[in-house]
Amino acid sequence: MSLASVLLTVALAILGLSLLLVLGRFVLGPSALDRLVALDALVAVIMCGLMAQVALSRDSAIVPTIVAVSLVGFLGSSTVARFVGRKRSGGGS
Amino acid sequence: MTGLLDVVGAVLVLLGALLALAAAIGLLRLPDVLSRMHAATKPQTAGLVLVVVGAALLLRTSVDTWMLVLVGAFQLITAPVTAHLVGRLAYRSGGVREDLLHRDDLADREDDPAR
Repeated sequence: MSLASVLLTVALAILGLSLLLVLGRFVLGPSALDRLVALDALVAVIMCGLMAQVALSRDSAIVPTIVAVSLVGFLGSSTVARFVGRKRSGGGS
Repeated sequence: MTGLLDVVGAVLVLLGALLALAAAIGLLRLPDVLSRMHAATKPQTAGLVLVVVGAALLLRTSVDTWMLVLVGAFQLITAPVTAHLVGRLAYRSGGVREDLLHRDDLADREDDPAR
């Protein structure tokens, strides 16, 4: 276990902890917008975790999936943001 | 030389993970949607860029480096867009706690459709 892999393992553990905290906000979130913000942060934490795993295991097959995850995460949260405020504004804007 | 690059890359990934942890803690502790949005975008994106640079240092092949640079650039572009969407929605549908605001610049706008 070289120093680099020890540091990367600690980074993965920290990312796991922040994943749990973000899920906590996702569960607690009073309004739909809190959950939307939490989901956006969740996607970013998952991307950080994938990149740390790529750095740890040195196999670069995962890197294209990280690009895909970031695209889908953005599309998902912007679509939800588009329709979350719908019921209050009565479908006008 | 390669050992040094590995350690520097691992330290950068660790710093990025710590920033992601700070973003998650901020997401939990801040009072309303707008301040949580700050926590979920700024340190999160900075942490992600640090992890991108760290992973690029560790994976020294040019294909992966450029793909990781693409990931970082894309995240830097889309995070403000999402934050803008959420911020506008939060302001209009009451996600903002008025008692926390010192001055509401949008208060006297007449052309706001939701008002």
